[in-house]
Amino acid sequence: MREIWMQFVKFFVSLRLTVVLLVLSIILVFAATLDQVNLGIWAVQEKYFRTFFVLWDIGNVPVPVFPGGYFIGGLLLINLVASHIYRFKLTWKKSGIFLTHFGLIFLLVGELLTGLWQEDFQMRIAEGETKSYSESYLFNELAIIEATDPQWDDVVAIPEKQLARGDEIQHAKLPFRVVVRAYYPNAALQMIDPQVVPVRAAPQLATQGLGSQISVTPLAMTYKQNERNLPAAYIELLGPQGSLGTWMVSSMLTTPQSFEYLGRTFRLSMRFEREYKPYSLTLLDFSHDRYPGTEIPKNFSSRIQLKTPNGAEDREVLIYMNNPLRHDGMTFYQAAFEGETTTILQVVRNPSWLLPYVSCLLMTLGLTVQFCIHLFGFIAKRRSAPSAA
Amino acid sequence: MKKFIPLIVLALGALYLASTLRPASNDTGFDFASFGRLPVLKNGRIKPMDTVARTALLMTQGRQRVVTPEGRTITPVEWLLDTLFRPEIADTYKTFEVVHPDLLSLLGLTPEVGDGKKRFSIQQISPKLAELQRQAELAEPVDASVRTPFQKAVVALMQHVVYYQRIKYSLVPPDSTNFLTELTQFQAGLPAGVAAVRAQQAGQTFDQAAATMVLNMARRFDMMSSAGSLLAVPPDVGNTDPTAWRTSGEALLTTFQTGTINPNSLAYAGLAHAWRGQQTEQFNTILRLYTDQMRSRFAEPLVKSDAEVRFNQAAPFGTPSMSLYVLAFLLAVFSWLRWPQTLAKSAFYLLALAWVATTAGIATRMWLEGRPPVTNLYSSALFVGWGSVVLCLVLEAIYKNGVGSVSGGLIGFCTLLIAHHLSLTGDTLEMMRAVLDSNFWLATHVVVVTIGYSATYLAGFLALVYVFRGVFTRSLDKETADALTRMVYGIVCFATLFSLVGTILGGIWADQSWGRFWGWDPKENGALIIVIWNAVILHARWGGLVKQRGLMNLAIGGNIVTSWSWFGTNMLGVGLHSYGFMDSAFFWLSAFVVSQLAIIAVASLPLEKWRSFADNRHAATPQPLRPAPSAEPAK
Repeated sequence: MREIWMQFVKFFVSLRLTVVLLVLSIILVFAATLDQVNLGIWAVQEKYFRTFFVLWDIGNVPVPVFPGGYFIGGLLLINLVASHIYRFKLTWKKSGIFLTHFGLIFLLVGELLTGLWQEDFQMRIAEGETKSYSESYLFNELAIIEATDPQWDDVVAIPEKQLARGDEIQHAKLPFRVVVRAYYPNAALQMIDPQVVPVRAAPQLATQGLGSQISVTPLAMTYKQNERNLPAAYIELLGPQGSLGTWMVSSMLTTPQSFEYLGRTFRLSMRFEREYKPYSLTLLDFSHDRYPGTEIPKNFSSRIQLKTPNGAEDREVLIYMNNPLRHDGMTFYQAAFEGETTTILQVVRNPSWLLPYVSCLLMTLGLTVQFCIHLFGFIAKRRSAPSAA
Repeated sequence: MKKFIPLIVLALGALYLASTLRPASNDTGFDFASFGRLPVLKNGRIKPMDTVARTALLMTQGRQRVVTPEGRTITPVEWLLDTLFRPEIADTYKTFEVVHPDLLSLLGLTPEVGDGKKRFSIQQISPKLAELQRQAELAEPVDASVRTPFQKAVVALMQHVVYYQRIKYSLVPPDSTNFLTELTQFQAGLPAGVAAVRAQQAGQTFDQAAATMVLNMARRFDMMSSAGSLLAVPPDVGNTDPTAWRTSGEALLTTFQTGTINPNSLAYAGLAHAWRGQQTEQFNTILRLYTDQMRSRFAEPLVKSDAEVRFNQAAPFGTPSMSLYVLAFLLAVFSWLRWPQTLAKSAFYLLALAWVATTAGIATRMWLEGRPPVTNLYSSALFVGWGSVVLCLVLEAIYKNGVGSVSGGLIGFCTLLIAHHLSLTGDTLEMMRAVLDSNFWLATHVVVVTIGYSATYLAGFLALVYVFRGVFTRSLDKETADALTRMVYGIVCFATLFSLVGTILGGIWADQSWGRFWGWDPKENGALIIVIWNAVILHARWGGLVKQRGLMNLAIGGNIVTSWSWFGTNMLGVGLHSYGFMDSAFFWLSAFVVSQLAIIAVASLPLEKWRSFADNRHAATPQPLRPAPSAEPAK
């Protein structure tokens, strides 16, 4: 029994395992990098790194073909921790190696937490506009807004994933059920022209709202970094007395469609998934310079008024390249712009942002110590060599 | 006597370098040097005419030298003067490189009518210009990464032709034979002309000739203003806006408001007149007066632009340094066959000399740009070479066995060659895109990562030396083999340190400015792969999984990994880092990867097939490595 246990331990603390895992991780990272051309940077992270196995669809069955990031990273972590417990003795000569590996543990844990906790959003603000929410640039939601009381909006937001599954949704706040009749992850909209018969348009299901005048043409999903998928869906609302009608919703339609039901006013819209914040940003000024005589952007910056409803915070901030705003656990950085007056801020929440710093410090220190120990040893050896010879 | 040979080699090398600092001989009497130093605003910075000329020629024909149809070799500045002021002559110079056979037949050309079978004049191209334009319009909507070689060639040639044509409109209209007289007549007739136009608009009787003259000139100025590309006319006196430089056409259009012709435009028209008439004295006088006037206003930028002209002439990354690197390489290789000490020392001196020249070049670039050494792909090539050669010099100073000089000479030469090819896309002193505009991070993250590249390459090249000497020669004795092993091991440690620290610094930069430490962007992944690869080498060695030969093979693998990270990731064209996009180098990258794989295969031949070990198997069979100081205790 003890023998088996020893073999087990030996496997997990062996350098051979380390090397194999490192080589596997190189292959994984390499494949993931190449696949970015097809899938885009976000899908690749899900497919290769934030998973135990990389799955390939063979036919329609996903088959694991390669260990994923969690698998390799997890084993590396076990390997690392186990060999430290099992065999490392803290001596001066190995202090550098020890520190480096300790830093590496922090880095791996940090990356795991980042994978689990990090969230990315975008905020698009035109000059003079005030926004208190950021939008996801991957996900959409179906928002059903009750606007009966002019003072309040009561919002029920249904994530796109649920629409994609075709779930029937019933919510305590809604006097009707929401049924997805059709869902297209990426689609283009076109006003229906009686002269022209659309070629690849989806069957028309809309009986209410704008949808009856618009044709929906499903498109292939895009993974390009500067494009996003704009989903469309046909949504039927069913009350206790029967159907209210079928609406077409799409992220391409920016204005919500209103309807009345049982004396209550509702608005319906498919929109980019929102995250509301307990404060608001107003774009005071967006400025943007190019190098003279060229199209190369020299700088762009957004002057923003940051305000909380209780008035505790009301200040002006300047966000520009390499100088983000950090507030409320979020980082707002200048990502892009549209035209001359609309800024696009990237908004990132990463609660584990401090871990990489700690690990950097440890690893850099460790490697420097180790390198110096080697270097001085080498110099000392060469100094003494001629006299010994 | 033998003792002095290395010193003599050093002195000769230094003399050779010094000779490149001498200005080019010029027996025409024209003051080309002063014209070359005139400042122009282009691509976002003030640069000398000399740079404009050289960059344009490198782009359109891949070299700076121009040969006239009469067979006379002229300098880039002379070519620029002809392009600006005697375009009908410049049109006959064969300065457009066209190699794609389909494109040649589209243009109705054969290699035989081209200079060097690949360079053609605009005169030869222009009969089919309309067709070229049509093809370019067909090719341009196609995404650059999926264009066929023919489409790429069409788009490139069209861009070059447009680039050339736009230079022609920059100072005087290309169709004018005497713009100076036209301008003076225009100034004299301006009040009458304006009055005539006003009268015409008011429906009164007017002087037809005067009105036509003014409208004609306005049209020509407008053409120059929209087509010209060199912003050669400085802001008006009193205007401190550094971006207010204009084309001559734009400045001339303001004549209608001010009533006087912009003196700068007039000066250039005067130069055009003198150059067309080939009047040396007149040309030099106008140039002197104009230069004096510019110097009094732009003393500081002109110091830089003067230095840039000198820098262009000395070409510290060109032939002189390349030949010194090659010489150092050859001498060091021969040192393994004959006169080891004398030749190795000479090689070391030449390597050091070439390194000093490139150091001076990099320092000048840094001063000109006001930036850390690495700002784009071109400068990274320079710096990778520079860093490797430093390490080689250190190795050679310690070991004195020629290995450092061989590797240094080879890497130095290769990186300069790569840099030369990267410089063909335009001015290498580019403006930094906003996303990269941070001197602190450029100086830390980028420099450290680039040194990591240098070291990983060096380890790979040292391993190449091991394999070549071991397999093909008998010169790899045990002492050398062990020394090489220690070198590779030490350099891999160094590479691990720098690539890891550099990558992590990059992560911190990303966190500081983008709020995320790691984004799995291709360039980040490339850097990560280099770190992991170096870690694999070290762990494999510590674990006794590889011995001497395995270590060498892994180090050669480092060449592949580093090349992919350096160039391959840019070819993907995605991610925040894709500032150095390029698509033609793919072939060379693949060829390099294949060559390295082939060498690894050769190295994997049984040891009895290695010439060094076959003859003297007894003595030289590689010993298992002694465990390194940090190796695990054997269990």
